Amino acid sequence: MSEEQIKNLEAQFEARIARDEKIEAKDWMPEKYRKTHIRQMSQHAHSEIVGMLPEGNWITRAPSLRRKVALLAKVQDEAGHGLYLYSACETLGISRDELYEQLHSGKAKYSSIFNYPTVTWADMGAIGWLVDGAAIINQVPLCNTSYGPYARAMVRVCKEESFHQRQGYEIMIKLANGTPEQKEMAQDALNRWWWPSLMMLGPTDAESIHTEQSMKWKLKRKSNDDLRQQFIDQTVPQADLIGLTIPDPDLKWNEEKGSYDFGDIDWDEFWQVVKGHGPCNKERMNARVGAWERGEWVRDAAMAHAEKQQQRKEKQAV
Amino acid sequence: MKNENLYNYILGIADNSLILGQRLGELTGHGPSLETDIACTNISLDLFGQVRSYYQYAAKIAGDNRTEDDIAMLRKEREYVNVLLVEQPNTDFAYTMTRQFLFDVYHLLYLQELQKSTDLTLSAIAAKSMKEVSYHQRFSSDWMKRLGDGTKESNQKMQNAIDDLWRYTDELFHQTEADIAMVKEGIGVDVTALKEKYHQIVTSILEESTLTIPESKYFQKGGKLGIHTEHMGYILTELQYMQRTYPNMEW
Repeated sequence: MSEEQIKNLEAQFEARIARDEKIEAKDWMPEKYRKTHIRQMSQHAHSEIVGMLPEGNWITRAPSLRRKVALLAKVQDEAGHGLYLYSACETLGISRDELYEQLHSGKAKYSSIFNYPTVTWADMGAIGWLVDGAAIINQVPLCNTSYGPYARAMVRVCKEESFHQRQGYEIMIKLANGTPEQKEMAQDALNRWWWPSLMMLGPTDAESIHTEQSMKWKLKRKSNDDLRQQFIDQTVPQADLIGLTIPDPDLKWNEEKGSYDFGDIDWDEFWQVVKGHGPCNKERMNARVGAWERGEWVRDAAMAHAEKQQQRKEKQAV
Repeated sequence: MKNENLYNYILGIADNSLILGQRLGELTGHGPSLETDIACTNISLDLFGQVRSYYQYAAKIAGDNRTEDDIAMLRKEREYVNVLLVEQPNTDFAYTMTRQFLFDVYHLLYLQELQKSTDLTLSAIAAKSMKEVSYHQRFSSDWMKRLGDGTKESNQKMQNAIDDLWRYTDELFHQTEADIAMVKEGIGVDVTALKEKYHQIVTSILEESTLTIPESKYFQKGGKLGIHTEHMGYILTELQYMQRTYPNMEW
């Protein structure tokens, strides 16, 4: 294809997106669009899969049968999200095995928040409330993103995430209204998860490298700083309502702005975790790689069995 | 307690699902593939759902304000009456699937009979659970066939698992005092009558899987009397952690 032809296709492509048309797997797309989408969607899928680990950590110790069932269902939903996001990625011509390989080798990233440890039951509440809450803010705009398979996956993901978020908040309500020990557990969890949740919305706009192009493709519709502000404005009243204190002495309602002012985020900590040196980066990767390696003989056997079955069928047909 | 036999009988059913569900819950996020991970978590969820129905009913029978969670999480090890089979560890996927298969075949046969119970609550729980457990059995049987047939390595791993776990199967067909009393009243299932059919089904699926039942005639028992393997204490340590550390609180 000549350069001019490509330019022409690109112009048509951008015009389709501007008209809010969906791009589908079989449509022509610029290579950069494909790559960017594989990167973002797989990062999202990996986050779901790695995100199963900190919560999975409490399944066997959930305090009641009701909570145990809800937690199992939640972690299972995350596996489901991973599954359809990987499938959506596969429509762009990359296999799930390749995507895993990128995760296991450290080439692909996942959300840094999952590199923090879950040390008490209240963390199950805080993750649902704050982490899923921040995820929703990130993800709701993606229900209208330009790539069809991603947009459709996100509609389903967001519905479930919003259920998880309410479930997490409900755990916090129960703790906050419980015994002093329970309330302290809830406050401690909020203290530990608040700042990492703010970091989850990404580096400040000045530092964010992908934003401009992503905006054009509707992979991103608001800047990181705007999303963060939205998250804070939404979450502070929820904390107030259940008598918990946001661990930020600089947090203050700004009447003029109509939103909260807040303190400085420790970006050194953010980059430390992103670069692989958070409290649980090693543990999370070991768990994923370990599961994959321990499962190799199972996957090989399943393939071998399927092939044998096929051969038997063919023999019978002869 | 007025209905002590019925209460103990219900625990005899539910404790199996509780401990097996707990074992499967350990695996969430660590499965050999995303699909098997989801499926095992799903089975765990089904089992805990059933457990809740049984314990809620047992709590009602006890009639002394105890809750499903008290029954699930605040007994002593010797008071749990699950069979030894379900407390065996997730050594690898071969053990996990074999344990599941050996239990599922029993579980489905059991529920088919429990459906006919004169106790309407139990027959209703059984009817609902049967749909779930039929799926469990199909899932675990398919994996027995897949891994038995798959590769030399997978066949060997599966045979090892059968060789180790088979000795826990006979206990499934032992009757407790509560069992005998409940069978007499038309409420309980006569497990001794399930044994032949169980062996038929297991043998046929293992044959298809090119696996064999070990020849040893020695079996292990004790779970139904509350005498467990050494694994049990650790399972309960996790299961009971919150209830023991923070007593008398609501979650």
